[in-house]
Amino acid sequence: MTGMKASERLLQAYVVLFLLYLFLPLAIMVAATFNTSRFPTVTPWLGTTTRWFEVLWNDQQMWRALWNSFVVAFAVIVVSVPIGVAAAMLLSSLHKRARTFLYAVMVSPLLTPGVIIGISTLVFWERLGVKGGLHLAVIGQSSFIAAYVMLMVLARLQRFDPSLEEAALDLGASHAQAFRRVLFPHLRPAIVSGAVLAFFQSFENYNTTLFTRGTDTTLTIFIASKVRTGLTPAVNALGVILIVVTVVGAIGYEILRRREAARAREATRRAQENALGDLRKA
Amino acid sequence: MSEVFRRYGAPLGLMILLLTGIWVVAMVVLPYFVMVEYSFHPNLPGPEIGGPKDIYTLDNYASLFRGIDILAWDFPDDFRVFLRTIWGSAVVTAVCLVVCYPVAFYLAKVATPDRVGFLLLLLVVPFWINEILRTFSWYIILAFNGPLNAVLLALGLLDKPVRWLSGSGGVLIGMTYAFLLFMMFPLYNALQTLDRNQIEAARDLGAPGWRIHWRIVIPHAKPGIAVGCIMVFVLAASSYVVPALLGSPGTRWFTETIYQWFFEGQNWPRGSAYAFVLLGLCVAFILAMMRIFRVGLTDIAK
Amino acid sequence: MSQDVELDGVTMRFGAVTAVRDVSLVVKAGEFFSFLGPSGCGKTTILRILSGFTEPSAGAVRIGGRDMAGIGPNGRPTALIFQNLALFPLMSVWENIAFGLEVRGVGKAERRKRAEALLDLIALPDAADKRIDELSGGMKQRVAIARALAVEPQVMLLDEPLSALDLKLRQHMRAELRAIQKKTGVTFIYITHDQGEAFTMSDRVAVMSRGVLEQVGPPKAIYDDPATPFVATFVGENNAFTGPVALLADGVAAVETPFGPLRGRAGPGLASGAAAVLFVRPERLREATPGDGANRLAGRVTHVDFEGNFANVFLKGPDGSAILVQLANDGSGEPPPEGATMDIAFDPANAVVLPDGPRARS
Repeated sequence: MTGMKASERLLQAYVVLFLLYLFLPLAIMVAATFNTSRFPTVTPWLGTTTRWFEVLWNDQQMWRALWNSFVVAFAVIVVSVPIGVAAAMLLSSLHKRARTFLYAVMVSPLLTPGVIIGISTLVFWERLGVKGGLHLAVIGQSSFIAAYVMLMVLARLQRFDPSLEEAALDLGASHAQAFRRVLFPHLRPAIVSGAVLAFFQSFENYNTTLFTRGTDTTLTIFIASKVRTGLTPAVNALGVILIVVTVVGAIGYEILRRREAARAREATRRAQENALGDLRKA
Repeated sequence: MSEVFRRYGAPLGLMILLLTGIWVVAMVVLPYFVMVEYSFHPNLPGPEIGGPKDIYTLDNYASLFRGIDILAWDFPDDFRVFLRTIWGSAVVTAVCLVVCYPVAFYLAKVATPDRVGFLLLLLVVPFWINEILRTFSWYIILAFNGPLNAVLLALGLLDKPVRWLSGSGGVLIGMTYAFLLFMMFPLYNALQTLDRNQIEAARDLGAPGWRIHWRIVIPHAKPGIAVGCIMVFVLAASSYVVPALLGSPGTRWFTETIYQWFFEGQNWPRGSAYAFVLLGLCVAFILAMMRIFRVGLTDIAK
Repeated sequence: MSQDVELDGVTMRFGAVTAVRDVSLVVKAGEFFSFLGPSGCGKTTILRILSGFTEPSAGAVRIGGRDMAGIGPNGRPTALIFQNLALFPLMSVWENIAFGLEVRGVGKAERRKRAEALLDLIALPDAADKRIDELSGGMKQRVAIARALAVEPQVMLLDEPLSALDLKLRQHMRAELRAIQKKTGVTFIYITHDQGEAFTMSDRVAVMSRGVLEQVGPPKAIYDDPATPFVATFVGENNAFTGPVALLADGVAAVETPFGPLRGRAGPGLASGAAAVLFVRPERLREATPGDGANRLAGRVTHVDFEGNFANVFLKGPDGSAILVQLANDGSGEPPPEGATMDIAFDPANAVVLPDGPRARS
């Protein structure tokens, strides 16, 4: 690129610097996992080891917290996905004014600080005699995660052609059959994405869980408490594992997305071929 | 409402109404109301709740402001923390905007499509990594014996190590890093819709680079700026883990104060009142942004 | 009991708007029947009422003598072909066709067999396992027809299903639709704004305008004997001459026009002295011969469009009115040159006189 202007080159340099800034801290955290030092750091380098993974593996508290996080995340899927789907279906069949109002109420948890969702959930259920614990964490998290699911399903629903539903009814399907065979398959990708998003949102939630957890510990609570009391590079080891899972997940998602795009292109090509064939016959 | 039954039939329609009703009423609206109602009660031991002493009071709110002496520039602890939270969140928001703008512009209008796809993937990955881990990485870097001091000492820029984690600096650095991408994506989305020809036309008319940005690019990015600022400010103001990890006892955050009233002071009404104040702060900021940048709720929810 | 479709005083109001006003007619079993009219004339509303998606504000729909009130689309012996076809994009071709059987609890092997038989009928024998988005417009069309036929409806309702196709394919599909209807014997009720489509396929046509039924009849009757000025002007080209009725006797009416009195067959509802219009088709006008006494008029040729098998000659009358004459290219003579004056005449039997009323916007 010889013709590139100085300003453009400056911008590129800045972007590179930015990426460095984005990844260097994570790299340092990963590197610190393999340092023999009792305290997670990269300076000084006291020797390379993988023993911190072993320490992590033998940490019963960690396993307990991980298990709790899984339980909560799955429960959040079970609660928030049906709610999100139902809310989207309700919104899409409401008239303008009611829809705008209800929509505002539904997305408000997304703009509400997580700690406040936690607090209001805690206070509300305490009134009803329910103490904090994993069950309350599930309710608190679901109250805003359902909004994410609702938005994803609503976006998909807006691309649904209502005449498909009418066609199904016209061909003799009951409302339940029309839903199961026509609308639900259309929504399935959004529902699956919503469930995945719900899982991750729940799994990494800290603020809402902090107030609703009672005396139970999830993985994020575990990490935060470890950093403050009893920090060793075992925490880094856990971080490394989570980062690897995240990266693999992101790449896997991208591959699936590209494969689907390629399939759609192929179908369009065949439809065009068929159209040419039709014209020749006609 | 009847449309729901017409479209989905009675059993499915009822299910839809029931699920949505449980969510909106029992999980969103009522908890807010109960929390707010709670905040107007005095903190009483169990047996006295509902008794003659259980009257509505503004005391929990008043306690935040009690003892302010503007003339002497003297503030009570909780209020000091509140001010620090506002100021700190505003600084973090501004820094994120300045840092992200060039990158978002590069992604949206300069880079080739192939490169954009790759860069976005690069940006998404740290975005998905837990906030606690991102904060933790700075805990390592900023530690007294950490790599930052080591490098600066080695380069001769410092002659003795600095305690980065003792002031507010660590908190602001950590928050900027943790919430940066919440500014990046709204900005990028807004800039993406800018017609490249507008920039070309302005350049053609002889406008210098800064003026093109000031007059064309930034006005176009307004909704993105508003959304980004809202996200970052709300996240910063309501962050608990960043100040907990990177702050020191002298640099408490308002969320920490709330937590203390709840679980150390055992004063839930006051905690609720402070939580409501925090919510009020966030709502005020959101409304101000929507007003200044003229964006609607639907733009934000994306 | 024959399976006639009967509309009895059907009216549909949406708030202050009356989309369909008091429509009564009977479609006979096995008939190919079309509703023809411009967009917004209420024909689509009638289709939705017939299929059960909308309940009429007043009046009744009976199929085979059975009142359809309160019966939803899934309970009626009708099958609708949507304008956009509404094929299920996530099902294969055969699953689409067999959907109606599936929801009726027919076993999979049987469904597949029936779907394949229908695919043979629509001449797409190898398409069973294709995905919908791989099909061309014409193929989708046929799959939609097969899907509707699969439930063995007594009445097939079609909502301008050919409108998305290009002209050549559309003409091809007309013949195919007509053939399928003949082969299956199912009553077809077809909605269109295209008179060519309505005329070539239908046994009878109903012309609608602004929610009102204007005329029902076989295509030739609609064309030759329009019942209202709207039908006369909406269907095909027509020359209109306005004026009061000067004479009314023996089924013939004379209208006092700027060209003098012109005579034609008297339509219904005429009164002496009332405002009336005489309509005469461009192809029924001819060059006057010396023998023509009455029903003569003249105009200056403004221009001539030669179309091949015929020529359109545009005339301007002395009062400025436009007249169109269509001359067949049958070797009987050349069209006159531009600027010339042309004398034309027509047989009163070829013109129709109707009380003046709203016409179609051209």
